[in-house]
Amino acid sequence: MKKEFTITVYTENQVGLLNRIAIIFSRRKISIDSLNSSPSEIEGIHRFTIVMNETLEVVVKICRQIEKQVEVLKVYYNTEEEIVWQELALYKVSTDEIAEKATVERLLREYGARVVAIRKDYTVFETTGHREETDRLIKVLEPFGLIEFVRSARVAIIKTSKGFHEKLKEFEKTEPGEELVENEFLNKRDDVFTM
Amino acid sequence: MYTVELTEQETEKKKEQAIQNVTGSVALLDGLVQEQVKTVFGYPGGAIMPIYDALYDFNDKLEHILVRHEQGAIHAAQGYARTSGKTGVVFATSGPGATNLVTGLADAMIDSTPVVCITGQVFAHLLGTDAFQETDVINITMPVTKWSYQVTDANEIPAVMAKAFFIASTGRPGPVVIDITKNAQLQKFDYAGYTKCQHVRSYRPKPIVRKEYVEAAAKLINEAKKPMVIFGQGVLLGRAEKEFKRFIEKGGLPAAWTILGMSAIPTDHPLAMGMLGMHGNYGPNVLTNECDVLIAVGMRFDDRVTGRLDKYAKQAKIIHLDIDPAEIDKNVKTEVAVWGDCKETLPMLTALLETKCYPQWLQKFKNYLQDEIDAVITEELNPSTPEMTMGEVINILNELTGGEAIMVTDVGQHQMVTCRYAKYNKPNSNITSGGLGTMGFALPAAIGAKFGAQDRTVIAIAGDGGIQMTIQELGTVMQSKINVKIVILNNRFLGMVRQWQQLFNDKRYSFVNIESPDYVQVAKGYYIEGNSVSDRAELRDALKKMLDHNASYLLEVMVGKENNVFPMVPQGCSVSEVRLK
Repeated sequence: MKKEFTITVYTENQVGLLNRIAIIFSRRKISIDSLNSSPSEIEGIHRFTIVMNETLEVVVKICRQIEKQVEVLKVYYNTEEEIVWQELALYKVSTDEIAEKATVERLLREYGARVVAIRKDYTVFETTGHREETDRLIKVLEPFGLIEFVRSARVAIIKTSKGFHEKLKEFEKTEPGEELVENEFLNKRDDVFTM
Repeated sequence: MYTVELTEQETEKKKEQAIQNVTGSVALLDGLVQEQVKTVFGYPGGAIMPIYDALYDFNDKLEHILVRHEQGAIHAAQGYARTSGKTGVVFATSGPGATNLVTGLADAMIDSTPVVCITGQVFAHLLGTDAFQETDVINITMPVTKWSYQVTDANEIPAVMAKAFFIASTGRPGPVVIDITKNAQLQKFDYAGYTKCQHVRSYRPKPIVRKEYVEAAAKLINEAKKPMVIFGQGVLLGRAEKEFKRFIEKGGLPAAWTILGMSAIPTDHPLAMGMLGMHGNYGPNVLTNECDVLIAVGMRFDDRVTGRLDKYAKQAKIIHLDIDPAEIDKNVKTEVAVWGDCKETLPMLTALLETKCYPQWLQKFKNYLQDEIDAVITEELNPSTPEMTMGEVINILNELTGGEAIMVTDVGQHQMVTCRYAKYNKPNSNITSGGLGTMGFALPAAIGAKFGAQDRTVIAIAGDGGIQMTIQELGTVMQSKINVKIVILNNRFLGMVRQWQQLFNDKRYSFVNIESPDYVQVAKGYYIEGNSVSDRAELRDALKKMLDHNASYLLEVMVGKENNVFPMVPQGCSVSEVRLK
């Protein structure tokens, strides 16, 4: 059964690595719903957040292929319940329309929107939240002539993660300690494949 | 105090002496020397000229083999890597030089061969301008390299070279491309010497072996009634031939090989049950679907080995030993996975095994072998027809070489026949393009194989199709005086495709008719001795003459036009549905 998974990839900061990760998906004709590249909690370590809709089995295989890349340190996959996530959206509408027909204060309050720019001819709103929340504001603004809309990729925090600091210390050692779990997909395979 | 100061001063002085102002090209070549590279296969061109200029002064330390096409260079490097166990090195220029490497890179990637390719690149300031002979080699090769890096500053060269060799040769080996812009090759910098790479923090080639999994595997094997081992190139790449032999001997375990695992144990070992897969032996294919515990060592369950997956060894508990975690559960779900280098995991497993033998179970393999001998092998090796068979050529070669030669095959019927019937006493003797199935592989790979094993006889075996794909490498054989024997098994057809068209397309022979030049004349044009035989009575003497000749030699053998390779597991069928005719 296909399901939404959020993949978190910790990597070295290396030109071309995004491509190496992307071709793992495209080679298998799997689409990426959202991809975000950002710094992580550790300086110099990059963090990709990828959203995909696939079966658990496919997700595990993809994660292993990503983790196989030389410059990838670690890959985690999580279901929606295991993460806290947000997306950001921007909406541009005509200032005249908004001023005349809609109550800006109501929008701000009801949808948690903020105004990020007001010009004579246009106003830009911003919301952050889950997909449904950002989608809902589109519906509300459409009647007033939504000029432009854009939504960012997902960013996600793993609820149970203790951060990457300790793991990185282990990776830096030539001989890793016994406590280092190098390939979590292998050790988790019992729960994974009995589903 | 005085002495301490002096020592410090001396160290300082030494450091200064150690630092040399050299070009990136010199640093690169010094890196190769430090990595114990002796032979480089390559072809010069505009964007790699500074490296070739520096090479002029490295003549005493590095041997450069000038090939006739860059594909030849990388296949040669693969052949070298496969027979020597070391990393093969290739030089190519930018643009077409680099793109000509792609087939070889893909081949090395899928067959886990350690190769480092150095490609020249246009000046850094021209990158992305569609400059002359500029191509985005890093991105073109990304899916077929284990790692790649573009150097634009000479200061990066020593560390990048060290990393390239470390990554190519450790863990599951693979090809690495280092693309170096011309300015970095020319740039002078302070070179402090070469330090080998031992560790890359984001890369863990050798995992810690988890004992609990080894114990679980041993328990399964000890409880088995009908265990069977299938092994691949992992045993050879891990140099674990002895460990593997002890493992099967203690456990009394019958063992069958994949095409790339072949020669890891002598082919006449009492527990050697033959080859798996589409044209493998009858017994191991059928009994894969009868064994109760299937132990896979250093292999990846390729579709040519497994046939139809949903009918593959469903009755068996599967144990998989592999160094690459991405291979575990990729195609076949396993009961117990032992992640690690088999050089390390096999002895751990052997220690926990009970000494056993399974005479009744082994008898089953023997019975199936007898069926195969009666239905296929006897006729192939000692044909009753006037036409010669590929099998009888290999059979006589076995007798003449005593199983000591290295056979390098191309792709197609002759490849399957060679791998079915060749006898090997030593490891790293069977060199073939397994995963990618690259026609044209044999001749250039044999050139490299000879450099990797100078004291052994190297025989390239090719069909009339494949040889014509890289026949220009006869020029390399000529110029570098490489003692390789070239056998062309000529059936005047692209035989494997013809066989499929006969069996599955109702004999609609679509473009499988291939004509050949006069190979003996072609060889003669390259000053290589040659001969062609079409009469069985001359075959043995012709082969003997070829082997006794103290230089390269080309022998064409005219074989039956429409012979087929059997047994065969038709595509989409289960391994137990293997056909004998």
